[in-house]
Amino acid sequence: MTQNHELCKGCGYCILQCPKDALSLSSTVNRKGYNVVDLDQEKCILCAICYTVCPDSVFERVEA
Amino acid sequence: MTEKRTPNLLVEPNKFCPGCGHGIINRVLAEVLEESGLADYAVGSLAVGCSCLMMDTFGTDWVQAPHGRAAAVAVGLKRMRPDCCIFTYQGDGDSMAIGFSETLYAAIRNENITAILVNNGIFGMTGGQMAPTSLPGQRTTTSPKGRDAGTTGQPLNMVDQMKHLPIGYLARGSVASAKDINKLKKYIKAAIETQMNGGGYSMVEVLSFCPTNWKMSMEKSVAHVQNTVKNIFPVGEFVKNGERTDA
Repeated sequence: MTQNHELCKGCGYCILQCPKDALSLSSTVNRKGYNVVDLDQEKCILCAICYTVCPDSVFERVEA
Repeated sequence: MTEKRTPNLLVEPNKFCPGCGHGIINRVLAEVLEESGLADYAVGSLAVGCSCLMMDTFGTDWVQAPHGRAAAVAVGLKRMRPDCCIFTYQGDGDSMAIGFSETLYAAIRNENITAILVNNGIFGMTGGQMAPTSLPGQRTTTSPKGRDAGTTGQPLNMVDQMKHLPIGYLARGSVASAKDINKLKKYIKAAIETQMNGGGYSMVEVLSFCPTNWKMSMEKSVAHVQNTVKNIFPVGEFVKNGERTDA
């Protein structure tokens, strides 16, 4: 999964829905002033549930 | 493994609050229009409220309707351009309060349009006042002690108003989990197909959340929709291909 941190508003909906707890709110702040969500690639299974629930199109699943 | 890319119809980052359900519904609608090959033939009739923030960020053609009259404007568009995919995108304050008559009469006349009604139980843009769909006991800025069902009545259930009418398609979805969002996509797809096949009026109501005006965290908002709102507004398909499904 790829992430565009600049679109993130830190709502945390993806963190609630991720089945593998691969997402967490980080202390990094983007240009909008929101804390962004961090993705742990080790735990990620590419199910793209974060893509489905994200209101701000932060996540994309691309061909590796 | 299929690619999952942001639809091209979302031309700019949306302008909604963090955690708003509108962003999800916008993406689902954009996916459906692109997959159906209707992206260039879709014209939206846009309501007043938070939904009018879509004007710059959602890449279809839009007509900004007066407050509450999106359904009436959409009917005019459809009668002039029957080849186009005409949809309305309205919040509950617009479609069920000031626009109740237009919304319902479009269904009564079985006009061949698709209505998407986003129900978050509150007026969002104006600062969180009580809407027709607010739940009994819900605290809003105009019902600070909680909505009193004795003086203001029960929440308005638009699906119940419409399910006895001879319309093409009627469903209610939600955005409160990944599973619900996938179902919602099926509903919207079926509604658009009903319209393009000339099957008559199609409506999808979407249970959404408004963490800003509900003054709830994201976690609480999702749980509120799942455990409370869904009991009062049941989800499912109520009319399919003009036949009642008795969901």
